Order: sequence, then C-alpha cells, then structure tokens
Amino acid sequence: MLEPLVLDARHVSRSFVKPSGAKLSVLDDVSLTLNKAEIVGLLGRSGCGKSTLLRIVAGLMAPSSGEVEYRGARVSGPAEGIAMVFQTFALFPWLTVLQNVEVGLEALGLPETERRKRALAAIDLIGLDGFESAYPRELSGGMRQRVGFARAIVVHPSVLLMDEPFSALDVLTAETLRTDFLDLWSEGQLPISSVLMVTHNIEEAVLMCDRILIFSSNPGRIASEIVVSLPHPRNRLDPRFRALVDDIYTGMTAKTPARGNARELFPGTGISMALPRVSTNLLSGMMEAVAGEPYKGRADMPPLAATLQMEINDIFPIAEVLQLLRFAELAEGDITLTDIGKRFAGAALDERKRLFALHLLTYVPLAGHIRRILDERPSHQAPFERFKEELEDTMSAELAEQTLRAIISWSRYAEVFSYDENTHSFNLENPA
Amino acid sequence: MNQAIRIASFYKPNRWDAAALLLIIAVLSLSVEGLHDLHVPLASVSTPITLSPSALPGYALRSVTRMLLAMVASLLFTFTYATLAAKSRHAERLLIPILDILQSVPVLGFLSFTVTFFLHLFPGPMGAECAAIFAIFTSQAWNMAFSFYQSLKTIPVDLQEASRAFRFSGWQRFWQLEVPYAMPGLVWNMMISMSGGWFFVVASEAITVGSQTIQLPGIGAYVAEAIVQRNVHAVLWALAAMALVIAAYDQLLFRPLIAWSEKFRFEQTASGIGAPRSWVLTLLQRTRLLSHAFEPLGRALYNLSHLRFPLRTPPVKPHPVLAQLGDKAWSACVIAGLFYGAWRLEVYVAMNLTWPDITQALLLGLATLGRVIVLIALASLIWVPIGVLIGLNARLARIVQPLAQAVAAFPANLLFPVAVMGIARFDANPDIWLSPLMILGTQWYILFNVIAGAANIPGDFREVAGNFHLRGWQWWRTLALPGIFSAYVTGALAASGGAWNASIVAEWVRWGDASYSAHGLGAYIAGATEAGDYPRIVLGIAVMSLYVTIFNRLLWSKLYSFAQRRFAMGE
Repeated sequence: MLEPLVLDARHVSRSFVKPSGAKLSVLDDVSLTLNKAEIVGLLGRSGCGKSTLLRIVAGLMAPSSGEVEYRGARVSGPAEGIAMVFQTFALFPWLTVLQNVEVGLEALGLPETERRKRALAAIDLIGLDGFESAYPRELSGGMRQRVGFARAIVVHPSVLLMDEPFSALDVLTAETLRTDFLDLWSEGQLPISSVLMVTHNIEEAVLMCDRILIFSSNPGRIASEIVVSLPHPRNRLDPRFRALVDDIYTGMTAKTPARGNARELFPGTGISMALPRVSTNLLSGMMEAVAGEPYKGRADMPPLAATLQMEINDIFPIAEVLQLLRFAELAEGDITLTDIGKRFAGAALDERKRLFALHLLTYVPLAGHIRRILDERPSHQAPFERFKEELEDTMSAELAEQTLRAIISWSRYAEVFSYDENTHSFNLENPA
Repeated sequence: MNQAIRIASFYKPNRWDAAALLLIIAVLSLSVEGLHDLHVPLASVSTPITLSPSALPGYALRSVTRMLLAMVASLLFTFTYATLAAKSRHAERLLIPILDILQSVPVLGFLSFTVTFFLHLFPGPMGAECAAIFAIFTSQAWNMAFSFYQSLKTIPVDLQEASRAFRFSGWQRFWQLEVPYAMPGLVWNMMISMSGGWFFVVASEAITVGSQTIQLPGIGAYVAEAIVQRNVHAVLWALAAMALVIAAYDQLLFRPLIAWSEKFRFEQTASGIGAPRSWVLTLLQRTRLLSHAFEPLGRALYNLSHLRFPLRTPPVKPHPVLAQLGDKAWSACVIAGLFYGAWRLEVYVAMNLTWPDITQALLLGLATLGRVIVLIALASLIWVPIGVLIGLNARLARIVQPLAQAVAAFPANLLFPVAVMGIARFDANPDIWLSPLMILGTQWYILFNVIAGAANIPGDFREVAGNFHLRGWQWWRTLALPGIFSAYVTGALAASGGAWNASIVAEWVRWGDASYSAHGLGAYIAGATEAGDYPRIVLGIAVMSLYVTIFNRLLWSKLYSFAQRRFAMGE
C-alpha cells in the first residue's frame, strides 16, 4: 500500500567549517521520506547527527547541501504544519500551562476565543485537565512533557517531530507517556498525520515506530533501515520484538570488524583519534560483569545492557574503549573478553594498573605520544594547550578537550604520567 | 537569599578595548571643541531654594521624578543598544567594549559636559533638567544594558528553537522570549542602578561649571544650599527626608519588582526557600479593585507585545565571500574612525595640554588609587567577618540583608557635610580624613554580597566543618573564605568602582566658604570642573578611566575568573 508522501529529504549533508579552514562533516548525504500515517524513528548514538537532521527538517537549521521538501514545497525556515516536541521540554517558565499551549496559536495570530477553545481541547486530550493555571516549575517532568505534547498538537501539525521526547524522564513515567501517546495515535485521536522521532533507545524505537532508520556516526549516515510490522499494542516480551532488538544490536556492532581495528571505532586515526570520557571504574566494572556469572567472558549485549540498566549511549562507549585497549572484542551484538581482559578482571589493583598502563601506552596512540614527548623533554613537562592545538587540526575544540580529559583520567589511573590542573601541564611527577 | 548583586561578568578583554577607550575620549574632546566654538554665553539656571522643611516634600518629589525619567531613558537605551549588540556581530565587536569602558568612566566627570551640551540645546531650565536627567542616566544605563546583552546571549537553545519552530515573529520573540528571560537580571540591575542613582541625583542638582551655576529644585540642591548657608538643621532635615524617600523606594518599588521578577527565573525547580517576598506585591495581586483599575493598561501592553509585526527574522546565512568582504569593510571603517579620532585628539592635546599636566594627572591618579586600595582593604577587613557571621545565621541574614541593601541606596554625599564639620572642628588632615567618604556609600556592596555568599554555602560543607572539628583560622581558610570568595569579588568590584566615582565629590568638599581638598585625581577633576577648564576635565576623566580599566583587568577580572575556576561550590 503506497501512502502519500508528506516529507522528502534528499541528499542532505551538514558540515561545519572550523576557524582553521578544515571541514567537519556531521551529516553526510542522508535521504529519508515520511509517508502519511507512519511513525519513523531515527536511531543512533549521541553525536551521530540524528538531531541535526531533525532540526534541518524542522527548518531550524539549513543543510550545507541537499534539500528538504514538505508537501511539495522546499523547507527554508520553520514551516507551518511542522511542530516539535523537545527533549528538554523547552516550556516558557513565565507562562502557565494554558499560556504555553496557546503559544503556537498566538504566534499564528488566531483570535483569542478560538485559541482558548483549541488549547483546552488539547489539554483535555493529553490528560492535563486541572493543571491549566500551573506554572511549569510546579509540575513533574512527566507533566511538563505532556504540556510539550499539547503545545505541539494544538497547532494541528501534519508532521510531529520529536527529539528524544522521553529520555529526560524516569523509566516509569516515560513508559506511561509512550503508551498514552500510542493509544491516542492508534485511535486516530491526534490531529497529526505522521511522526518523525529521534531516539537512542532501541526498545523505544521498536515499540513505537513503523520504520527505523539506524544511523552510524562520524559522519552521520543512515546505515540501515528496519521495518517494524508488529501490530500495536506491541509487547516487549514477544519473541518477534526481542528478535528485532537483537537484530538492531547486531547491526550496530557489525560495522566494527572482529579484529578490532581502531580506525573504525572512533573518528580520526593515530594520535588524532577522538576518545570518549569513560571512567576507569566503568571499564573495570564492565570487565568484571562480563567475566562473572552468567556470562563467563562472553555476553550478549541486549541482556547485558538490561542488567546494567544502560542504554546504547552508555554501553557502547565503554565496550568500544575496551576493544580499543584490546581487553575485549565486539561482534554480532556480543562482547567477548580477551585473555588479557579476563586476567584484568581477576587481578588485584597493582596488577590491574600494570596491565592498563601497558595497553594504554601500546594501543592508544595519543597516550604513547604524550609519554614520548615527556620522556624526551629535559623538564619532563608539556602544556595541555600544546596537545589540544595539535588535536584541533582534525577535530572540534570540545572534542579535543574531551579526548585529552579522557587521556588524563586514564593515565592518572595507570600512573604513566600525571597532570597539574593549576599549571595546565602534563608531567612525569608522581606524588608517591 | 541568592541576591548577590549580579554584575555583568567579564567578557574577554581584547584589542577593541583600547579602541573603545580612545574613541570615547576623542568624542568627549571633540564635543568640547565643538561647544567651545559656539561662543554663546550661557545663562545660569538657578532656582532659589528655601530651606524651610515644609518645602522638602515638594523637592523630594522633583528628585524622584528625575530619577524615574532617567530610568525610562535607561530602559529605552537598554532595549535598543543591547539588542543591537546581541544581534549584530559587527555592532557587537564595537558596542560591547564601548559599554565596558563606559562602565569605568567616572560619571561625575561627565556632568560638566552634559550641562554645557544640554544648555546649548535647550537654553533655560529645560536644558538644565535634561542635563541632570542625562547625568543620572549615565549612572544607570551601562550595567542594565550589559545585563540585558548577556541574557540575550545566554537564552537556552531549546527555548530559541521552540520560539522559532512555533513561528514567532521577531517582535513577538523579543517580548515573549527575550525580555521575559532577561527580566530577573534586568530588574535586579535596574534596582541596583536606582540605588546608585540617588547619589547622582543629589550631585547633579547643584553644580557649577566655570561661570555657570545650575541649581534645580530638589533634595540635592536643598543640601547644597544648606551647605552654603552652614545650616546644620536643614542638613538634618534633608537627611531625614532622604531616608524616608529611600524607605518608600525600597518598599514600594525595589522589593515588589524583585519579588515579581522571580516568576521569570529560568531554573525550573520548585523551591520556596529564599524567594524574596513583598507585602506590596501581595497586596496588589490580591486587591480586586486595583487589578481592575490596571486591567486596561495591562491589556494594551499585552496586545502590543503580541502584535505580529513581521520584524526581520535573521536571514539565511549570507554568502561566505560576501560576509568576509563585509567583515573587512567594517573593520576598515572602524580603523579609519579610530585614526581620525586619534589624530583629532592628538591635535587637541597638543594645543591645550603639556607633558607636566599629564604627569601631574597620572601622579594624582596614583594617590587616588592608593586610597581606593587601602579603603577596600579596610572595608573588607571589617565587613567580611561580619558578613560571614550574619550570612551563616539564616534568621539574622533575613533581617540584615534588606537593610544593607536599603542603606546602600542612601546617597552618601548627603552625609559629607557632617564629616566636613568634623574635619573643621578638629582641624584634621584632609588627605587622610576625607578618604573614608569615598567608600561611605559603597562599602555596603561588600557587606550584602558577603552575606549572600555565606548564606549560599551548602549545608553539607558546614556539617563537614562541624563533624571534623574545623575551628579558627582553618575554618576560615577551608570553608568560609572559599565559600564567599566569588560573592566577595563581585561586591568589592562594585565598591571600588563606586569609590573611584565618589572621589570626585569626596576629595573636595566645602562647608560655607571653607573648602577642604585632598591630593587626588578626584579633586583634580572637581577643581577643573569648577573652573570650567575643559582640557583638564577631559584629561582627568581619561586618566581615571585608564586607571579603573587597568585596575579591573589586572586585578578584578583575574580574581573573578580564578574564583569561578576554583571556588565554584555547586558541583
């Protein structure tokens, strides 16, 4: 069955030009379509460009190349008929619930009586009756996001954009809001024709979406598309549901070859590899968890994530740092400890530090690089800025800062070199 | 209790600062030259002042009116200047350094220029009134504009996106997002400005520039007249009247507005602790009659702010090459303007001033600098311990804090005659005993900021200090001083800025025919003003601005960023 096309994004790319003139690509040649009466999910880890794509579709950001067509017209600014729900709710704190819901109608210049009628109807529909005169600060997170939904649907948009709408809520509240939304959607009570939502929660995507576009990072691309044809309401325990979740995990780990080539893991190569800030406690904790019962050195990622109560934004960076350090391997949605990884998990603190130091200097090029420079210099000191500038040739300032902070915390743990916050310099001193 | 004075925090100094300083001084000297060329003799505007106490309410009303008019002007300035600076990258690069330098230019030094300028514009009382209002304006506008600019620059991205996604027009966005978001900071700065403004109301109502004497009916002129006539009773009456005005201002305007602006605070947490309260605001909100009376006005304002003016929304990015060309053209214009200004300034200085003049001004500046440093140190020694003890006692803090804020609003220059009488009686050395006058009015900033800082020290830290038996110097070193450091720097910065300004009236005072002066840049500017010696006024202002700017850059901004880095207690 071919539904009419509502939204069509073609070959959309977005890149930033750095002061040095280098180009950072965030989104690379992405195309997507949104048909009438479907919910499409953009799934990926933070920094994969999915939110950027959503903002380009919303007309809040212009693409560097490519174009977005909405109902046959090119999007060149916020379009009438596209409304957005924000991760952080983005409610105006000085307006009451009712005023917040009316905001979009006011901006359109609707007369007051009409505004009031529609706003009250939306408030009623979304379950906010009785809260009309409350200010956002008086509400719980869940109630605030309900206001966010009411504000969006009251303008009767044909496309509803949702930017991780449930990720700032606790697990129970998020589930309630999802179910309420899906009920209204299935019953056709929402004055919306299609939904485009961004999420980093695999189960949420499988629960809500008709199609899921899986993003890969650096630069953001659509890696694969999965059609979910399970009927609503969906059951998380349904074997078909579980199979889809497993498939997606496998898809997200399949990109990295089993040999653990660092180039595929993190953007950049050699010393200019961007690294995530993952604490050594998490690294040790993960190795212990995988080494212990019931996994015994090899764990399937979905149940592991569920046991540790982690989402893909939490678990993937840890797993990938372990792979970079050759403590583990990732493949087919599984994480497997290497022999050294198993030894680390069973070792005492001193042995752990020794292993960590060895692998850090051997497999993390930037750590080895800093150590070499400190060894060569007579003063055994080198300023933070020196390395930051070196990194900024190939990455953004924030990424450079993040990478160096990661190196600092790992090298402090491994005691391979240390860092003085007051003088902003690396050194070889060890306050023993 | 989080009422630390939120001064515009520092932006990164750059080479545009020097440009701004040069530009301001050049404009001043050029305007003097222009006025000088007119050769029009100006009549003095001098309303006879009666010293009868019964005339005081009328005078007080006139003074208050001037203050409010200046506030309206400051608001208009804030909404235009700061908005332009926040929205145009080109304007920003010049406007913000100018604003920053203007904050350090001694406002009292301006008086002579504004008086001459406005009397040329509107000869007669009208011109004199404008001059006084403008002087008050210059004491209020800069920090308000700075606060508004900074608020505009820090509006959370999600709110900006929401307002764009829901297709607000530029006008709607201004009134429904930008102004409300900036409201708490703006209201706080307005109130601080008004508190500081009383000082200038008093100073601007009675001034002499060369042959011209300006005397406008008001409390300031009343005191000036009392000083000329050596009438102690009249001085006391004026003090009482001013105290009443300040109390009324505090209760009827300051507190209600601050309490009202809390509703615009962005933090989305519900905490009822420490939110300022005002009985007047409660009364206004609960009284049916009053709300009905104000409804048409409110309605009109509401409708105005909701009009869909298609005010320009930021266009799609211009072509990079064009943008670069624009950048270059703009820089070229500014540099050309600078060279022209520098050249004219050079000519002006060469014609009117000699090297000894400049050396003298610099040396006198050093004397005043020494005074400011010693006074801030003394005031800190006194008020930091007291402030910490008050701040840690929640009940005491609730009582003292509003009092300290109200006292800070009291124009200290009204108290000068009292000090002068003392100096005359004991034949004291003016170089020493006039100094405390400089900090009389501004020391309170240190006190109430330290109180706020101490009250905000997290309870956990205080419990740790108790649990591990921290006492004496260790307690101060590890808990109290780091805890209040940021707040203290903010307060001391305000106090030192105020002290520089006050030096112009504090280093040279009179009682009847007798006058006492200390050696310092303030007395230099005051003397030049009285003599109508414009080149030396410009020189004095330029040197003082230079000192204040350098002092701010080398000391306060360093301390401030240090405090932010090391002593942030939140996380």
